Amino acid sequence: MSDLRFTPGAVVDAQRAIRGGSWRVAEYRLRNMMHWWAAIISFGLGNPVLYLVSVGIGIGGLVDKASGGHLLGGVPYLQFVAPALLASAAIQGVMDEVTFPVMEGFTWEKYFFAINATSVSARQICNGVMIAAFARGVWTVVMYGVILVLFGAIPLGSLFPLMLSSLIGGIAWAAVIMSVSANLKNDDGVFAIIGRFVIAPMFLFSGTFYPINLMPIYLQWIGWISPLWHATQLGRDYTIGEAEPTWLVTVHYLYFAALLVTGMLIGYRAFVRRLGE
Amino acid sequence: MSTSSNEIVLQARGLVKRYGDFSAVAGIDFEVRRGESFGILGPNGAGKSTTMKMISAVSKRTDGELTILGKDPNQKGPEIRAHLGVVPQKDLLDRELKAWENLFVYGRYFGLPRKWLRTKVDELLAFAQLEDKRNSKVDEMSGGMQRRLAIARGLVNEPEILLLDEPTTGLDPQARHVLWDRLFRLRENGVTIILTTHYMDEAEQLCDRLVVMDAGKIMAEGAPADLIKQYASKEVLELRFGTDRNEETAPKVANFGDRVEVLPDRILLYTENGEKSLEQVMDSGLKPVTSLVRRASLEDVFLRLTGRSLVD
Repeated sequence: MSDLRFTPGAVVDAQRAIRGGSWRVAEYRLRNMMHWWAAIISFGLGNPVLYLVSVGIGIGGLVDKASGGHLLGGVPYLQFVAPALLASAAIQGVMDEVTFPVMEGFTWEKYFFAINATSVSARQICNGVMIAAFARGVWTVVMYGVILVLFGAIPLGSLFPLMLSSLIGGIAWAAVIMSVSANLKNDDGVFAIIGRFVIAPMFLFSGTFYPINLMPIYLQWIGWISPLWHATQLGRDYTIGEAEPTWLVTVHYLYFAALLVTGMLIGYRAFVRRLGE
Repeated sequence: MSTSSNEIVLQARGLVKRYGDFSAVAGIDFEVRRGESFGILGPNGAGKSTTMKMISAVSKRTDGELTILGKDPNQKGPEIRAHLGVVPQKDLLDRELKAWENLFVYGRYFGLPRKWLRTKVDELLAFAQLEDKRNSKVDEMSGGMQRRLAIARGLVNEPEILLLDEPTTGLDPQARHVLWDRLFRLRENGVTIILTTHYMDEAEQLCDRLVVMDAGKIMAEGAPADLIKQYASKEVLELRFGTDRNEETAPKVANFGDRVEVLPDRILLYTENGEKSLEQVMDSGLKPVTSLVRRASLEDVFLRLTGRSLVD
């Protein structure tokens, strides 16, 4: 039988505790993620390989052969589709970390309430979730990017800007989805609805597999509001030199900034409200 | 035993929490001194947990004044929480993590260094009598073990005040006694403890002083023994005459004690000497189906104050 003796209040430096709150929540989320490391690693590696082989080489082979290589301004289909696949993987990977973990934190297991009982504030919990999602995004784009280089789908020199633009697109979208998750009292199939009616159309109509201007004008708006299209356009600008005018590059990044800021503001409000009830 | 000093670590004045039109806490006043073990006793829905959320510096008060460790929680929530240990009613342990990780991760939230935590975690596991569960996940542990782990987690930052919301609700008697022993040790070592409970025996065992809450208000305040002395008698004679006869028999036994209370299943006769009163009842020719003499408890205090039982 062991006793416990201490001087109450002596060990914690409140200011130090408060300063690092966001990072420590991220540290916890990463530790939690590590329990799923096998799934995360195999998905990170398997996903790009499967897509590149089936879409890039399979469909690409067909497209290139039928067009004699002239269809996309002389760019092989694999190289055309590669930046879009990377952007899409970044968006999906980051999104995984702001849907169910947020539901778990607020509703299913209520972990966030336990975290909020410490010196960590509601906003810091929100930040921590986003930092961990960003880390997951980094892992995803690095894996994907390296495999793209190995497949000869992108030039090595474009790897870094491509990864960066995809990551920014991913985190901007994650902020939006995080703000939705933080406002859900229960799942009620909302994530399935988002998957089917938001993610799937976004994937299909954002110029992922073909240039968006091939679509009738009344369908092109889906691409314009989709972060995937903006990230894809930036990626193609960096990899195949699909020269985007400067004003459009600015628009792409401004759009991400707008999503990020709006998502975070709505997310903060929800975190503060729900944890302080 | 109390090791409390005169330093006030928590003070509430006219504390109110409203949700829309409903006042969960309707203006309460109390204070807690350093080293004291303070209880908030009341039935479900009395406003205990809402009070707990406010004094945990997470839920903002609607009105009144609240000072915790000399600070206003509406302004300095995180700063105050750095020195509180909170044991929530539903443990809120992380099921994906092992027992030791739950303590380690929690310590990290307070910015405690990893090296220091590695030693501390083992110390806490020993205190919670969970050394052999170090590498178990939460789901592999019994309810009592989970609660002890939650208490150990609440102590990882060596808090100035330990707050426990219904610490033994849902535990079997043996697990409750192990837990009481652990809390008693903390109390002996000078940790300030604030707990809510709807168990009168728990409040009597663990609290130096307590408030009795009902419908968001404080009905009485004092040391358990003083409250019993003030609101009940020394002993209670419980008499059962059968459900139909309790009501009609009550006036006939009233003269044999100081006060009589009729419950659906029994009559409570408050008296200084239970055995003597029972003798008088028998001598008068009344034949109870069962009878029991016991010490008066906080349950009786609550009944007197509200006209209702603590546990419905």
